[in-house]
Amino acid sequence: MEPLIQIKNLRVDFALRSGTVRALRDVTLTINKGERLGIVGESGAGKSVLGFSIINLISKPGRITGGQIIFKGEDIAKYSLEKMRTIRGDRISMIFQDPMMTLNPVLTIGTQMKETIHAHRNVSNREAEAICLEKLRKVYIPSPERRLTQYPHEFSGGMRQRIVIAISLLTSPSLIIADEPTTALDVTIQAEIMDLLLELCETENMGLILITHDLAVVSEVTQRIAVLYAGKVVEIGPTRQIIDTPQHPYTQGLIKALPQMAGGKRRLNQIPGMMPSLRDMPSGCPFQPRCTERIDKCIHEIPLLTPVEGGGQVACFVRQGGM
Amino acid sequence: MFAFAMKRILQAVIVMLIISLIGFAIKHNFGDPVRDLVGQRVTPAERAEIREKLGLNDPFMVQYVRFLGAAVQGDLGQSYFFKRPASEVIIRKAPATLELVFCASLIIVLLSVPLGIYSAIRPKTLFSRFIMGGSIVGVSIPVFLTAILLIYIFSVELNWLPSFGRGKTVMLFGWWDTGLLTVDGLLHLIMPSIALSSIMLPLFIRLIRSEMMEVLESEYVKYAWAKGLKPRRVWWVHAFKNTLLPVITVGGVQLGIMVAFTILTETVFQWQGMGSMFIESVERSDTSLMVAYLVFVGFVFVLVNTMVDIIYGLVNPTVRVAGRK
Ligand SMILES: Nc1ncnc2c1ncn2[C@@H]1O[C@H](COP(=O)(O)OP(=O)(O)OP(=O)(O)O)[C@@H](O)[C@H]1O
Ligand SMILES: [Mg+2]
Repeated sequence: MEPLIQIKNLRVDFALRSGTVRALRDVTLTINKGERLGIVGESGAGKSVLGFSIINLISKPGRITGGQIIFKGEDIAKYSLEKMRTIRGDRISMIFQDPMMTLNPVLTIGTQMKETIHAHRNVSNREAEAICLEKLRKVYIPSPERRLTQYPHEFSGGMRQRIVIAISLLTSPSLIIADEPTTALDVTIQAEIMDLLLELCETENMGLILITHDLAVVSEVTQRIAVLYAGKVVEIGPTRQIIDTPQHPYTQGLIKALPQMAGGKRRLNQIPGMMPSLRDMPSGCPFQPRCTERIDKCIHEIPLLTPVEGGGQVACFVRQGGM
Repeated sequence: MFAFAMKRILQAVIVMLIISLIGFAIKHNFGDPVRDLVGQRVTPAERAEIREKLGLNDPFMVQYVRFLGAAVQGDLGQSYFFKRPASEVIIRKAPATLELVFCASLIIVLLSVPLGIYSAIRPKTLFSRFIMGGSIVGVSIPVFLTAILLIYIFSVELNWLPSFGRGKTVMLFGWWDTGLLTVDGLLHLIMPSIALSSIMLPLFIRLIRSEMMEVLESEYVKYAWAKGLKPRRVWWVHAFKNTLLPVITVGGVQLGIMVAFTILTETVFQWQGMGSMFIESVERSDTSLMVAYLVFVGFVFVLVNTMVDIIYGLVNPTVRVAGRK
């Protein structure tokens, strides 16, 4: 497998007046070409920050303060704004959470699609329009010609998310980062949108980073899962392995919180205790204050990701033999 | 859109009715139409006769409807001082005021848009801080002080600009006396327009800045960045267009208020417009002219606001559809 993006020791800080929030701390992970990776973790774990940091679009005052993001042999974390611009929306597309807020209310769908093409390709208006229509058909929007002249408010939430997906396809990117793409949608169409995304990733051979709360969804769509806890990857591995034989006590807690995988769509916050404040972290393992298997070492040292059987990696002293 | 426009026009008509009612109430209570017509030296018996003939003994509402009927036809009564129809006096004075407001608005639009947007995009630069600081000072200085300061610096000390009057004017279409077509007229316009714009300009800069900053934080602007658009496109197409919507609404009201501010500016610069005419008519107890001014200014105010609302509807696609249904 050929790596598409390698994130190495990524750190993101929010320098707030009340103190520095360390949203990501030494995150290291690789996504391979055409691979679908899920990122799970409870609210505030840093999933969105991780997604946005890849295209260096963290909301202020967030900043990458360390580490590398290697894409095509170059560290894009160090890119200038203009160089980054040529990657955003071209090689790497994003799908936001709430399609009601993502599209600009005063511009037509056609404008918002074509401008994306024009930002990255030197094509005529007519050619751009042809690409728009082709992609709108790919996301099964009926009579796309008419749709181009319409405004976002003339579409339902599900339709808008389809349009956003179509926009992300315009430049045939090698990676799509989708931050909870179905959370804001009606339950009845969530699966529809997810299936569409999965189908497109397969037919277009695109990589996908799927950020979600929903373990049921990641288990159906992704090939690997990374579990994020308080700004750190605590476990990463093949989807089946994470779901069937989770190693890290936190991951185990997440899986247990789901009654039955079949119908379960519960939120991931049923482990006793709370995630520590990112402003002052406990010593040692970030999960140790909530961990039932804690040993002395967990309080004093920070565990690193270490390979376990089956191809995964886990950051836990207990699982690594307690030494 | 049509239904939307109709609704706005209907609202405008209602507002005009209320303004005219207030205007008429003033006239009814404080004015003396008999004096306006014949002067003071008429016997009480003759006066009573004239009152009856003019229908001044009729009930209030009857007289109001009569006033309204006349007003719709452009008849706002007789000016006691000028001995001419009040509407005629106002129409002659209006161009001076409207040109002043126009130039002041032009200054406001041309400066507030770039300055407001710049200080929203680069809030931390020295220039932005200067703009923000300056705008606070600007709001807090009263118009007449600005005017006097301008006169002192540019007329008295430097002797660059004329300090009073409209200068050389040219008659257009036989009734519009314009100062926009001669160099002298334009020179005379500079200081009064700056003085008049001095209150609204800082308000507009701050309004545009705060709206723009809010829009820049929105999801759709973040998405525009994520699409890899060029900064210019994000700022001017995605952010500015949405900034414009609330600014148009507030702007319309402010423009109307500016007409009222002309009274001060015109007095200081001895600008022969409706504003100074109004002050004179108050001094001369020329009730008809006063009321005519109020109704006319009210009319301009409502007209501008209705137009602004309709422009808003054109910019905002959501309104367009609401009207289509
Ligand atoms: N704009 C911001 N200002 C300050 N801190 C922020 C900001 N955005 C994120 N953070 C910090 O980064 C942490 C991670 O936020 P992030 O949005 O990535 O969480 P998440 O895992 O996506 O949560 P959710 O599931 O609720 O979307 C938060 O706990 C918060 O402390
Ligand atoms: Mg999030």
